[in-house]
Amino acid sequence: MNMLTEVTAAPEINVTETSEAGQNFAVEVRGLTREFGTNSVLRNLDLQLRPGEFTVLLGRSGSGKSTLLRTLAGLDPAPEGTVTVPSARAVVFQEPRLLPWKRVWQNVALGLRVPNARKRAEEALEEVGLGHRLNAWPLTLSGGEAQRASLARALVRAPKLLLLDEPFAALDALTRLRMQALVATLWQTYQPAVLLVTHDVDEAILLGDRLLVLENGAISLDVEISHPRPRRHASPGFISMRATLLDALGVHEDGSAI
Amino acid sequence: MSVSLTSLSASPKHAPARRRIIPATLLRRLMVPAAIVALWYGVTAHGYFDAQTMPTPYAVAVSFWQLIVTGQLWPNLLISLQRVALGLLFGGAIGVILALAASLSRFGEDAIDATVQMARTLPHLALIPLMILWFGIGETPKIVLIALGSLFPIYLNLFSAVRGADRKLIEAASTLGLSHAETVFHVILPAAVPGFLVGLRQALGASWISLVVAEQINASSGIGYLVMNARDFLRTDIIFDGLLVYALLGLATDQAVRLLERYLLAWRPSMITAKGI
Ligand SMILES: Nc1ncnc2c1ncn2[C@@H]1O[C@H](COP(=O)(O)OP(=O)(O)OP(=O)(O)O)[C@@H](O)[C@H]1O
Ligand SMILES: [Mg+2]
Repeated sequence: MNMLTEVTAAPEINVTETSEAGQNFAVEVRGLTREFGTNSVLRNLDLQLRPGEFTVLLGRSGSGKSTLLRTLAGLDPAPEGTVTVPSARAVVFQEPRLLPWKRVWQNVALGLRVPNARKRAEEALEEVGLGHRLNAWPLTLSGGEAQRASLARALVRAPKLLLLDEPFAALDALTRLRMQALVATLWQTYQPAVLLVTHDVDEAILLGDRLLVLENGAISLDVEISHPRPRRHASPGFISMRATLLDALGVHEDGSAI
Repeated sequence: MSVSLTSLSASPKHAPARRRIIPATLLRRLMVPAAIVALWYGVTAHGYFDAQTMPTPYAVAVSFWQLIVTGQLWPNLLISLQRVALGLLFGGAIGVILALAASLSRFGEDAIDATVQMARTLPHLALIPLMILWFGIGETPKIVLIALGSLFPIYLNLFSAVRGADRKLIEAASTLGLSHAETVFHVILPAAVPGFLVGLRQALGASWISLVVAEQINASSGIGYLVMNARDFLRTDIIFDGLLVYALLGLATDQAVRLLERYLLAWRPSMITAKGI
C-alpha cells in the first residue's frame, strides 16, 4: 500500500502525453466533454494548437476556460474524448502559487531534474528581472514580482506548452503592461505553444496569433491575427478586431450586454 | 510586538537604538508582576494573615534560596524535567506518527482516526488508578501519563494541519512534476508546521498538568514531591516555591517553543520584520 498517494493524487486523468518532436500539433483535443453534475461545461469540444503558436482563449465567466486549461494541464480528468498534450508543460495561475517556505530560487528550481538546477533557476529569475530577489521569501514579494517568479518557474522547465490562466488579472495596469511585454519576449525567445486565458480583449489582440472564444462548451470563434508585432492599440486592424471579439463575447463597445 | 517597532524606526545595524528599547519593554512587562508582589507584601507583612497560611514574599524568597543551597531543588527539578521530556518525547512521537498515518492516507484515517477521537474524550488523568495498578509507583506511570496528555493535542492539530494544506499549492506541485512523496515532503509537511507548533504548545501545557498531578499522587522525588512534603510539615513557603518553579518552567518551555517557531517559520513576514531583515 502506498500511504502517500491518496491525498495528493488527482482523479483518474485520461490525458495522453507525447514527447516526440515534429508533431503537427502541440495540443490535440477531440470530442472533449466535461460535466459537473448536470452542468455540462465542455461539450464535444475539438481544439488543435500548433507548436509555437500563441493562442488566446476568451469567453464569459463560467464558460469553462479554466476547466479546459486544467484538463490540458492534467489537473482535471478528460472523462470523454481524447486529449493529447506534450509532456513538457507548465502552468501559471492567476495567483503565483509559490511555496512560502522556500526561497524564490528554490521555488523555481523545485522539481527541476537537471544538473545545476540552482543555476538554471537563477538565470530564469534574472531573465524575468528578479535577479536581485533570488534569496527572498515569496511572501515578501510584490504581486507583480511574485507573478514574474511564477513565470520563471514555468519557463525554466522549457515547456512545449505554456498554459496561462489569467496570469495578469490581479496586477495593476502598469505592471500588467510590463508583464505582457515580458511574456511576448519570452515566448519569442523560447517558442512554446501558449494558451493564454484572459478577459482582456486588448491583451488578447496584443499578444495572440490566434484568438478563440469559448461559448456553450465549444469554440464559437476561431480567428488568426496576422498584424505585425509589436501591435498598437490605435491601428485600424486592432480596432476592427476588437469589435469582432466584443461582438463574439456578446458585449457592445459601450459595455452593455446584447 | 515592540521588537518590530525597532526595525521600523531604525535599520537593524543601528544596535544602540535596539539596546535602549528592549529594557524599556522589559520594564513595562515587569510593572504588573512587581505591583502584585508589592500588594502581596503589603497584606502579609502587617500580619493580617497567619504566616503558615500566607507567607511573605521575603519568606518565600529565603526558603527558595535554602532549597537551592541545601541541594534539594536541583535533583527534584531535574527528575521533573526528565519526566516531562520523556513523556513529551514518547507522546509526541506517537502523536506525530499516528497523525501522519491518518492524515496522509484514507486507509490510515479509517483505521486510526475514529479510535483516537474516541480515546481523546476520556480525561487521561482518570487513568491514574489503572496506571498505578499496571505500572506501580515508579517512573513508568508518570511518563505514560504525560505521554498520554501530550499525544492528543499533537495528533489533533497535526492531523487537521495536514488535511488543511492548501490544495492550490498541491496542484502547483503536481504541475511541476513532483511525485507524491516529494509533494508530501516539500508542500504538505511544511504547510503543517504551524499547526504542529500549536499542538506542541498545547501538549506542553498538558504535560505540566499531568506532571503536577502524577507527582502529587505518588512520588518520592520531583517538584510535586517537594510540595506534598512541604504540606505535611505545614511549610506554606515551600509550597509557594514549588508553584514558582512550575510557573518558571512553563514560561521557559513556552519561550523554547517561541524560539523553535522563529526558526521553523522564518518565512513568515511577521518573523522577517521581527528579525529586522
Ligand atoms: N469543481 C467544480 N465543481 C462544480 N462545478 C464546477 C467546478 N469547477 C468548475 N465548475 C463550474 O464549471 C463552470 C466553468 O468553470 P470555469 O472555472 O472553467 O469557468 P471560467 O471560464 O474559467 O470562468 P472565469 O472566467 O470566471 O474564470 C462554472 O459554471 C463552474 O461553476
Ligand atoms: Mg477561470
